[in-house]
Amino acid sequence: MALLIIDEKACIGCAACVDVCPFGALALVDDVAVANDNCTACGVCIPECPVDALALPKKEHAGTPDVESYKGVWVWIEQFRSQALSISWEMLGKGRDLADQLGSTLIACILGEDVEKVAQEAIAYGADRVFLADDPVLHTYRTAPYACVLIDLVRRQKPAIFLLGASSRGRDLAGSMATTLHTGLTADCTGLEIEPDTGLLRQTRPAYGGNIMATILTPHHRPQMATVRHRVFDAPRPDPERRGQIVPISVEIDEEEIETKVLDFALQEKDVNIADADIIVAGGRGVGGPEGFDPLFELAHLLGGAVGASRAAVDDGWIPYAHQVGQTGRTVKPDLYIACGISGAIQHQAGMDTSEVIVAINTDPDAPIFDLADYGIVGDVAQVVPALTEQFRKKLSKQQNVPHDKSSQDLARLNT
Amino acid sequence: MHAIVCIKSVPDTTKVRFDPETNTLRRDEVESIINPFDTYAIEEALRLRETHGGKVTVLSMGPPKAEKELEQALAMGCDKAVLLSAREFAGADTWATAYTVAHGIRRLENYDIILCGKQAMDGDTGQVGPGIANQLGIPQLTYVFQVRQADFPGGTIEVVRLLEEGREIVTSPIPALLTVVKDINHPRYPTLRLFRRARRTDIPIWGPKDLPDVNENLLGLDGSPTQVVKIFTPPKRDGRTELFEGETVEEAAERLAEKLIEERVV
Repeated sequence: MALLIIDEKACIGCAACVDVCPFGALALVDDVAVANDNCTACGVCIPECPVDALALPKKEHAGTPDVESYKGVWVWIEQFRSQALSISWEMLGKGRDLADQLGSTLIACILGEDVEKVAQEAIAYGADRVFLADDPVLHTYRTAPYACVLIDLVRRQKPAIFLLGASSRGRDLAGSMATTLHTGLTADCTGLEIEPDTGLLRQTRPAYGGNIMATILTPHHRPQMATVRHRVFDAPRPDPERRGQIVPISVEIDEEEIETKVLDFALQEKDVNIADADIIVAGGRGVGGPEGFDPLFELAHLLGGAVGASRAAVDDGWIPYAHQVGQTGRTVKPDLYIACGISGAIQHQAGMDTSEVIVAINTDPDAPIFDLADYGIVGDVAQVVPALTEQFRKKLSKQQNVPHDKSSQDLARLNT
Repeated sequence: MHAIVCIKSVPDTTKVRFDPETNTLRRDEVESIINPFDTYAIEEALRLRETHGGKVTVLSMGPPKAEKELEQALAMGCDKAVLLSAREFAGADTWATAYTVAHGIRRLENYDIILCGKQAMDGDTGQVGPGIANQLGIPQLTYVFQVRQADFPGGTIEVVRLLEEGREIVTSPIPALLTVVKDINHPRYPTLRLFRRARRTDIPIWGPKDLPDVNENLLGLDGSPTQVVKIFTPPKRDGRTELFEGETVEEAAERLAEKLIEERVV
């Protein structure tokens, strides 16, 4: 059933394709390459064949008509309770780079109620123009009205690239928009760059739990849509002097037309929000039980961070799922990740191995987490963590107010 | 009540090892499993059936061998299974997958709710669920970790969604599509009795000819707006760990604290 076309007569049985196939889908049978069902038609093998015996079925893509008329880079600015999320500024920073390379404009799309302030901030963070849809029906994010406003804008204005943060809302919105717009969407990119000769967006993302990386193009459809996880790109410094244009967008949606209603929102404690935390103190089975997390919370509070957990600790019911880091939990990228009593299974690593600095505290010096960690202490979490908290308490109080949240400082500067 | 659960057969990534030398998956028989997130969707559908009566249909798109995962779902208690499998479907990205699955769902009888896992373990995109909802023109409720209340048929459903900042309670008319997170339940194990029944249950395989009004240009590789142009192994972290020791735990902790302050990460 594999799509790959193999010219059996041309094949010389060199196995070059077998060796490069990332999915183990190729094998030699009677000295001829054969593809099985694992073939995803990724095309990696095609250039490797010395005798050009491999091909994929080619058909002219229908694609978006008038691809050339799509210009500019757009970023959706996510806000919660009229406050922009830092992930949006990271996207805007990357969007600025891409727009500069393409010689085009960078546009921020802001939807919400009472979000005029966010529009000003978006300009400071690099937007040339802001489409501002300020309306009561957009007060709280909901898929249908947000997608409706943005799809209408995209159809009228034709951006070449549309970026969103890969937050829960960003993924929800992107998946819906791309389906209606009939265009390509690449989730959780860790790299975005412009291909020099074609001007296409090269989107690189991890797959198979971070085991492989794939570079993806959307050659014939527009806009080229991508989401990026929090903290993959750095947020630029805002420049309050920057000038830009704010274009109000009228919203013609009645509340009665919207099928979903948000009834309530229960805010979580700050120490649960591992997605946004600069510092994460995470615990695994080695903390010994539910109460074993207490010293971790104490350290996290002192450092202004959040508490994470391994799957084992969550599955044992020691701590709620919202704390889970890893392949079946959240992927995080803090400045500092302190893994306490976590052995470091590959699924856990997939969720945290891009952290800036990793510290491991574990009784087992052979635990896989030490293959990853920059710093470590071999010892019992129950002793080491309280000792570490005590040391930080002494040393940090001497330094006075250590800056934790760089972006909020920048914003404070902007708002004064 | 009729619930449809969409599942994906994925390689068991806990057993997948990538060989950075040759840039390939280790070929020692990678077993396929039901995408773990989808097992929570199956369980939730079965629980809804226990409360409201009705039936659960499980649907998958994939190679013929994905029949094994559908059999597994039947052995958990689903009533009916359908596999979308054809050469024309191969190489589909998330757009083409959602398009194909939505056409499969249209061929099934009327439904009240569609359940999906929040994302697949191999692709990790979380895009197919919203894509299916959009294709079918029904509301999507993503990252659901509790179904609070449901009035079948034709009523409303109230769910709790897990977002970064907390929990959102949302209500929506039925039919709707839900994607669920792991916290929602504990999936049951298949039973031997149901396994025997599953073996005897016919699992129809549908190709493009079986899907009414499907546009064949929008299927599989041809229908996919995205193209993979390169696959490579990610650079690994430098694995050297600087270990801190001391006569006492306090000494080791002090050295580590000093280092982290010096590195300006706290």
